[in-house]
Amino acid sequence: MILSLPKKIDAVRILLLTTLIASSATLHGQDWVRTGTNLGIEKIRIAAADFKASSADPQTGPMKSAFDQTLYNDLRYAGIFDVVSKSMIPNTTPGSPQEINLANWSAAPSSAAMVAFGALQVSGGRVTVQGFLYDTKNTQNPQVLGKQYADNASMENTRQIAHRFADEIIERLGGIAGIAETKIYYVSQKSGNKEIWVMDYDGMNERQLTHLGTVSLSPRVSPDNSRVAFSSLGKNGWSIRVYSMELGRMIAFPAWGDTTLSPAWSSDGTKLAFSSARTGDPEIYTCDSSGNGEKRVTAFRGPDVSPVWNPKTNSQIAWVSGRTKLPQIYIMDSDGANVSRMTDGGYASAPSWAPNGQFLTFAWNRSYGPGAPGGEDIYIMDIASKRWTQLTHDAGMNDAPSWSPDGRHIVFQREMGGHSEIWMMLADGTNQQQLTHGGGNTMPNWSWK
Amino acid sequence: MHTTNRKSLALAASLAAILTVAGCHKKTHVPPPPPAPTEAATTPTATISAAPDTVTAGETSVLTWSTTNATDVSIEGLGGVAPSGTQSVRPTQTTVYHLIARGDGGSADATATVTVGGAAAPPPSNASESNIDENAFEAAVKPVFFDYDSYDVRPDAQAAIQAAANFLNQHPGIKVVIGGYCDERGSTEYNLALGENRANAAKQALVTAGVGPDRLRTVSYGKEKGFCTDHSEACWQQNRRAQFTLDQ
Repeated sequence: MILSLPKKIDAVRILLLTTLIASSATLHGQDWVRTGTNLGIEKIRIAAADFKASSADPQTGPMKSAFDQTLYNDLRYAGIFDVVSKSMIPNTTPGSPQEINLANWSAAPSSAAMVAFGALQVSGGRVTVQGFLYDTKNTQNPQVLGKQYADNASMENTRQIAHRFADEIIERLGGIAGIAETKIYYVSQKSGNKEIWVMDYDGMNERQLTHLGTVSLSPRVSPDNSRVAFSSLGKNGWSIRVYSMELGRMIAFPAWGDTTLSPAWSSDGTKLAFSSARTGDPEIYTCDSSGNGEKRVTAFRGPDVSPVWNPKTNSQIAWVSGRTKLPQIYIMDSDGANVSRMTDGGYASAPSWAPNGQFLTFAWNRSYGPGAPGGEDIYIMDIASKRWTQLTHDAGMNDAPSWSPDGRHIVFQREMGGHSEIWMMLADGTNQQQLTHGGGNTMPNWSWK
Repeated sequence: MHTTNRKSLALAASLAAILTVAGCHKKTHVPPPPPAPTEAATTPTATISAAPDTVTAGETSVLTWSTTNATDVSIEGLGGVAPSGTQSVRPTQTTVYHLIARGDGGSADATATVTVGGAAAPPPSNASESNIDENAFEAAVKPVFFDYDSYDVRPDAQAAIQAAANFLNQHPGIKVVIGGYCDERGSTEYNLALGENRANAAKQALVTAGVGPDRLRTVSYGKEKGFCTDHSEACWQQNRRAQFTLDQ
């Protein structure tokens, strides 16, 4: 095309060159994000075969469909794969290593480097899955994984088996544990009041935890997944309340009153940081996991709220302070020393600290002010350099980001047209996915494992 | 004897004189007996009505009164009131509201009767300031509004603070919850902290105006319970407030 239009060569060349420079600048600019968030630069091309239904039980079909869909989505959401579209894979359902022809999968248009396949049976009230992962280029010894799973036959258990198999694949190929079995805690108004709910990371399996009939906010699950701390409005104002996932009910926690807000667990589960206005001015405090031994950390006029620990060290806290009027993100040592302001203006809130300790994600409106239209977006910042990247653009009001335990994902709330829903995306801002649909859902918190 | 008697009389007379002088010193502050009414001090007038004048127990009736030439106006059972005004009442039994207006020209009174019918009225309660009507409270204790992202009490809020403090100082039995509110913009958690600062700023202003801090409790509502939901500056200003309610 270029050769056939010699007069346009120069223009095309310049255009190509400009595009290359621009795109390489973009890529270069994103490199620190992709490498820092374990997303990598190259993605492995992987295909997920439809599993073979190898039983006559009428539940087999629906369960196999749920399994196929869940496995496919988990691989797509993982962030480290180039997942072959279902329309490009060979039209076969190999149920066992004897039934697969790897050449069909490595050839175009599938061009898969890896293929996941297997079989699902339902019998006697049990669902059984054999799952394999094969390297299509290694004809001598192609098996990377071979697993068998069994559980009571239900759609829910079938989805959980798909999550477990997906996490095996992700950990084997991506080097760190996947997130397919993690949960997201959040606030939903579906019941009419703001209560604490939990769902699977993919938006399935929503469950209401609290029934307090008031306003409950800011859920934070403990690192061992045993408890959820949150703040709740009672007759005497806001206090921290704790729900036990093991007991399935509320458990005792000191109610200080005094507008106590935004609890945050340290990654070793031994401490909480929170905001309390017991002096009349909201300040950051820490206490042990049962609410004793509280220590005041900040002392400065103005709101101080939304603390979060550095999960790598538990020796630093990031939080939001209004000490210079509009709220900004700060970090400090957990005893209050070495305060450092991170954001340089606008309206910054809701920090979440990356599992590797390297990044913060937060909500930022860089042109906030009276009369400003207000575009609130999710950003990430490299703490050492204070370099930041905007992850969401021109899509509603985005707030309350929370890192996934693999550091590759961020879950957040997005309000569009007056409706707030929970979304997730990769930590480079791509692959945005809506998880909830209706009911008013906010303040997501990703479980630690 | 004579001499002694004379001396005794003289002593008694001088003692009487001293006593009289001392007594006169006090009397200088007593106004002279009120003169007969003249054009300079017109007789007060007073009228009061209740609408509706028949209610069932617990229902609201609105008292409306006006007076002229009065310096001290009160309604029995409700205490001191403005020279003219309205107030909602919820009598539990048939009640005669007795308006008394006193002024330099004398006094006047008027009554309005609210008849309580229908369901059997509960036993009469002892009127006390803890039962004071919410409408009277709301009429006297107005919200304080704040600038965007600020919790400083504005100069234009000082009058409201002073009026609220006056009312609370006149009714020492009542306690107040101060709710801090924010507009819909920005972070949920940050707005809860900011709302607490707003409530506390209003509390400090009342304490400065003489209200005991133990009567004042703060609760932040952040942007959780706005007074309006429009996405406009007019609505946002309505929602940036400290709101006072009776602590019951």
